[in-house]
Amino acid sequence: MPANPNQLQDTEIEETAINIRRRVIDMCLGRGQGYAGQGLALADVLTHLFFRVMRKRDDGSYFDRFVLSTGHSAIALFATLGELGIYDQQELRSYGQSGSRIEESPLEGTPGFEITGGSLGQGPSQSVGMALGERLHKSGAKVYCLLSDGELQEGQVWEAIMSASHYHLINLVLLIDNNHMQADGATDMILSVEPLTERLSAFGFETFRIDAHNHSELTRVLPSASVEFPKPRAVILETIPGKGVKSFEQHHKVHYLRLDTEVWQDAISELG
Amino acid sequence: MQDLKSHPNLRQVPVNDISNAPIIEAPFAEVLVEIGRARSELVVLSADLSKYTDVLPFSEAFPERFFQVGMAEQNMMGIAGGLAKTGLIPVAVTYSVFAARRACDQVQMALATGHNTAIIMGFLPGITTPFRASHQGTDDLAIMRSIPGMTIIDPMDATELTQAFRSAIEIPGPVYIRGLRGQVAQVIIPPYEFQIGPPVLLCDGEDIGFVSTGLGTQWALEATNILEAEGVSVGLLHVPTIKPFAYQDVAQFAEGYEHVITIENHSIIGGLGSAVAEATALSGISTRLHPRGVPDRWAEAGTLEYLRMTLGLDSATIVKLAKTLVGGK
Repeated sequence: MPANPNQLQDTEIEETAINIRRRVIDMCLGRGQGYAGQGLALADVLTHLFFRVMRKRDDGSYFDRFVLSTGHSAIALFATLGELGIYDQQELRSYGQSGSRIEESPLEGTPGFEITGGSLGQGPSQSVGMALGERLHKSGAKVYCLLSDGELQEGQVWEAIMSASHYHLINLVLLIDNNHMQADGATDMILSVEPLTERLSAFGFETFRIDAHNHSELTRVLPSASVEFPKPRAVILETIPGKGVKSFEQHHKVHYLRLDTEVWQDAISELG
Repeated sequence: MQDLKSHPNLRQVPVNDISNAPIIEAPFAEVLVEIGRARSELVVLSADLSKYTDVLPFSEAFPERFFQVGMAEQNMMGIAGGLAKTGLIPVAVTYSVFAARRACDQVQMALATGHNTAIIMGFLPGITTPFRASHQGTDDLAIMRSIPGMTIIDPMDATELTQAFRSAIEIPGPVYIRGLRGQVAQVIIPPYEFQIGPPVLLCDGEDIGFVSTGLGTQWALEATNILEAEGVSVGLLHVPTIKPFAYQDVAQFAEGYEHVITIENHSIIGGLGSAVAEATALSGISTRLHPRGVPDRWAEAGTLEYLRMTLGLDSATIVKLAKTLVGGK
């Protein structure tokens, strides 16, 4: 067995993540606004999931399942699906425009969106249902659910976590975008969700906390979906909203960015 | 089938004498196990109420397809949505209050924004429980009616409950069925072919019209027995499908009467009475409506008989109202 079978792909992974970030900025250019901070923050983990971790069928569709609970982070998934060729960039530029299916928080049925996210805290329950269903079908598929730290304030998330543990859903992986911010301000100031590692571990999850922009860390905790885990897995992703564009990372309204065209264009230049 | 005097477009079904109808033991349990045997994709979820919603026999027969989620209805609806997205047919079983109120957003987001088949069973509907506001599901029809794509059935008896369930698993999208547990009367005489949508005519009288649903239809039949004995002939339309509502059929029925009394085991706001008012108003029919249901207040605690009496849903009150309306005939 090779020491690190993914090593050769590392530069490609990094390039892909940058391409996704470019698409995110490009999507916001049209209206001059959007959830670019989330798009940039999640580009690395989604690159790993969609280009390395999740398995595909012969027809190109994904065998493993991705559930986006944080509807507002749809831009990250759209950009990733754009990079996969599922959406044309021309259409992605209609992000958030009236009548466009490239919605800021889409409903299920939009290609790539398994559930209706956005009414926050509901992705984990549906992921538990999918994991139970896949297990009943004996498919071997894993379910990856991306949610955010703010969503952990919804009690339903803990109901789902309890049930995942009770049903020993080792085919479920929760990815927690620990961006430390929510609509009204810093998560720690609104309602702290910490100590998160201890809480998730106490609920029966094998829990990891990583720098979500470190590719070797992502590779370590998110191996190929074919690898079996001993417990339901939770990965606390320490993300930096706006990652990759310095002025965004420091922007006090990075939760939702409204910027002039030239600032967006500078951001694309900065990404290289 | 007899010739219908005034409603040639409606299907009439025969019913047992309401005062002496056979009793079926746990009809939901039976149909669940039967369909569970025939359809391997059927899965059942309970939020700590499997013993109280006739689910236990299924859980014992098919333990791998039964998911106990504990006291967590929001999670249950979400899990049901996830199971449906793997090709299974989930049946989420709880009390009507918890399905419609506590897990309302989850029902909408996890089960109603897509087109997967899913059944939500709401037991203890209306005033069939003594535990006042916390357990009396008097608003579930109103809440569910406002959800796009939701199908809603309020069965009147054991026959209709099982038939409604058989129909529900065959259609896309979520279906909310009000459940009747334990000993349930068999009022409609089998064989009966339930159809989602069309109402059925139970009585073809001319003096006054009743439109009813669910247990309200049993109450309407009781009142009808008394009225017929006293020389007042009643037309009784049973409307088991609350959504999609048969606006045209209901309006046509109502048009034949000067007065129509609606009878339901639900608040007078947002349920059958409201839907009938919409039907007549939208059709420009001037029939005077008299909605009987739970008034706009929290009902008392007590037995079903006691509650019907305090809320004006007992036979005596309905008979008195009907006789007043037909002018002391």
